[in-house]
Amino acid sequence: MSEEKRSWLQRLKAGLSRSSSRLAEGIGTIFTRRRLDDASLEELEELLIATDMSLGMASEVTGTLRRTRFNQEVTTDEVKAAIAAEVARLLEPVAKPLRIDSSLKPHVVLVVGVNGSGKTTTIAKLAKQYRDEGLGVVLAAGDTFRAAAVEQLRIWGERTGATVVTRPQGADAAGLAYDALADAKASGADVLLIDTAGRLHNKADLMAELQKIVRVIKKLDPAAPHSVLLVLDATTGQNAHAQAETFRDMIGVTGIVMTKLDGTARGGVLVSLAEKYGIPVHAIGVGESAEDLRPFEAEAFAKSLVGLSA
Amino acid sequence: MFDSLSNRLGEVFDRLRKRGALREDDVATALREIRIALLEADVALPVVKEFVNAVREKAVGQEVLRSVTPAQMVVKIVHDHLVETLGGAGEAGLELNAVPPVVVMMVGLQGSGKTTSAAKIALRLKSRERKKVLLASLDVQRPAAQEQLAVLARQIGVAALPVIAGEKPVAIARRALDTGRREGYDIVILDTAGRLHINEELMLEVAAVRDAARPTETLLVADALTGQDAVNVAKSFSERIGVTGIVLTRIDGDARGGAALSMRQITGKPIKFVGTGEKIEALEPFHAERIAGRILDMGDVVSLVEKAAETIDQEEAAKLAAKMQKGSFDLDDLANQLRQLRKMGGMSGMMGLLPGIGKIKKQLAEANIDDRIIKRQEAIISSMTKAERRNPKLLNASRRLRIAAGSGTSVPDINRLLKQYQDMAHMMKKAAKLGKKGLARHGLAGLLPPGMGGGGFGGFRG
Repeated sequence: MSEEKRSWLQRLKAGLSRSSSRLAEGIGTIFTRRRLDDASLEELEELLIATDMSLGMASEVTGTLRRTRFNQEVTTDEVKAAIAAEVARLLEPVAKPLRIDSSLKPHVVLVVGVNGSGKTTTIAKLAKQYRDEGLGVVLAAGDTFRAAAVEQLRIWGERTGATVVTRPQGADAAGLAYDALADAKASGADVLLIDTAGRLHNKADLMAELQKIVRVIKKLDPAAPHSVLLVLDATTGQNAHAQAETFRDMIGVTGIVMTKLDGTARGGVLVSLAEKYGIPVHAIGVGESAEDLRPFEAEAFAKSLVGLSA
Repeated sequence: MFDSLSNRLGEVFDRLRKRGALREDDVATALREIRIALLEADVALPVVKEFVNAVREKAVGQEVLRSVTPAQMVVKIVHDHLVETLGGAGEAGLELNAVPPVVVMMVGLQGSGKTTSAAKIALRLKSRERKKVLLASLDVQRPAAQEQLAVLARQIGVAALPVIAGEKPVAIARRALDTGRREGYDIVILDTAGRLHINEELMLEVAAVRDAARPTETLLVADALTGQDAVNVAKSFSERIGVTGIVLTRIDGDARGGAALSMRQITGKPIKFVGTGEKIEALEPFHAERIAGRILDMGDVVSLVEKAAETIDQEEAAKLAAKMQKGSFDLDDLANQLRQLRKMGGMSGMMGLLPGIGKIKKQLAEANIDDRIIKRQEAIISSMTKAERRNPKLLNASRRLRIAAGSGTSVPDINRLLKQYQDMAHMMKKAAKLGKKGLARHGLAGLLPPGMGGGGFGGFRG
């Protein structure tokens, strides 16, 4: 990965363009300039579905077009712009960056998600960014289940200059989180990022374990965790709804980070998530390097989704 | 969240109420519903289209059997075609007929579960086929990935190739093969780094590994939660690397698993294993019928039955049957039943396997039933004296107060449990009277006490 600084839009576009090119191409072939009729609207709906947008949301978005433009002659760009505008409108309310309140000393961020969604990597990227801003960062290696997960975070700590609090594999994650918070408080750190083991949201015992972590850290700081980040893999399909709902209900998710948006998956599921649950979307991961974790911006995301240059 | 396809089709055909051959316009309406159901189950769009067309051809003109409704007929056609597309009945094992060491290469996206699956397969080959297995991690991308595989290898007592810092994947693969040959390993499993199928550099790298290692099996590891992108992933890996089989992970989640169909259809290669849990033993052969039922939200009855057979203690069951005969079902027996229910994964675990669950799940949520209630009920019974458990009639008000305090519950909780017990005891007596023959004739429904049938679950209300 080249280290040259690109604007975040370029990065997002580079990440998303491969993915959106299919949608863009699709739209291109439907409408070079043609009448917006039932058939073309259905094709359009299918292209949205192919981004993992839920069926209901896809027909809602095309429904807007139907109401405003039905039977009109339209160009590709007009259709793209109209869809992007609608998607941006739906996403605008949830596009809120994660703001670290360093007066909290520390701002406690609990990071959760299903296995393999990219929690540890996201934490590493956040740690790098916060360290670059000059914040004191403590990492709690709370994934005490997966083999070598602790080791993985420890290496990231070394690379970013963040303190890492660890316990051996198999140790109690809640106890570790407690210790990490005590350490972070004592050292006057600005941010504490708590990693957790990946867990499927339908496993009651594992979700209870997560609730225990929350309960235990509240003993040291009743307001903690100040943020609970749900890490969602962009290649996940409609199950993202169930994940968001369960994690929200069980531990009160305050924000979403969507990872792996540099794949051909397009994260259309974010649109229905926004409408259904209204959970803020903080950031998206569009590549391997730390700068590739970017704040989520509704308009840019919407434009990239349909392949429009912003 | 999802209505089951059968319910939906039922509604469509309720309006028709026609018999005879399936007509094209009836089928067209049904196909719309099928399309929606498949898309909601995350089957990729191009695959859905092909599937729907195939079903149309099969369904139009098909005679509806006298004993079934048109909806059931269509569901059967869909289900059968789904099973067929997913690979039909039977299991597809690993191809191990080659000159040892046989090379198995794991490929897939980041976070799909390659490393865990590699260890699971290694354990399976070691314990079931008595093979000598060498695990080698080629993941030089993710920090500590090689360490992860080494730890897993230690846990399962399988050899792992020693890690040499800074070594490139192709070189590691060569060293693994050399070691395999020299030290007489039957199988060498190469765990590659996760890569996005659009990452040119890494795709070239894994192709180079393939050329160096010439794997007999190249397994694409994919997450059962995957959405529409499954088709792109399958296509790229299949075209660029060439896969021989698929491992579908996280099937223990509650996703409908449409990715299975997408991947199978695009690669044309069998799904060989499914990952069913976090434990290293949690790897099972793939069964097309089960996933088909799941994709259509018809439940996974086969798994439920197997799970029941695995967990229910046969001896306990025999004892219970004897008690049923005598009509002497006491609270100890109820406690036993609760324990077995919990062993089977609790209410939620079982419910996940039952058909038509969309609706019932909602009812359950409304009725506020969860596994904690079962635990609480066990606690109540444990707080009783032996005499009380044998003879619940002893339980007067003051005893109930004591039990409530002892189990951390309330008197109404205890009353509810006793009511449930009475219902069950009553049912047992009835069953004893009906005898074996009667039970078979009336089925389980004949046994359900009032309020327990039809999803009422009155006795479980907490």
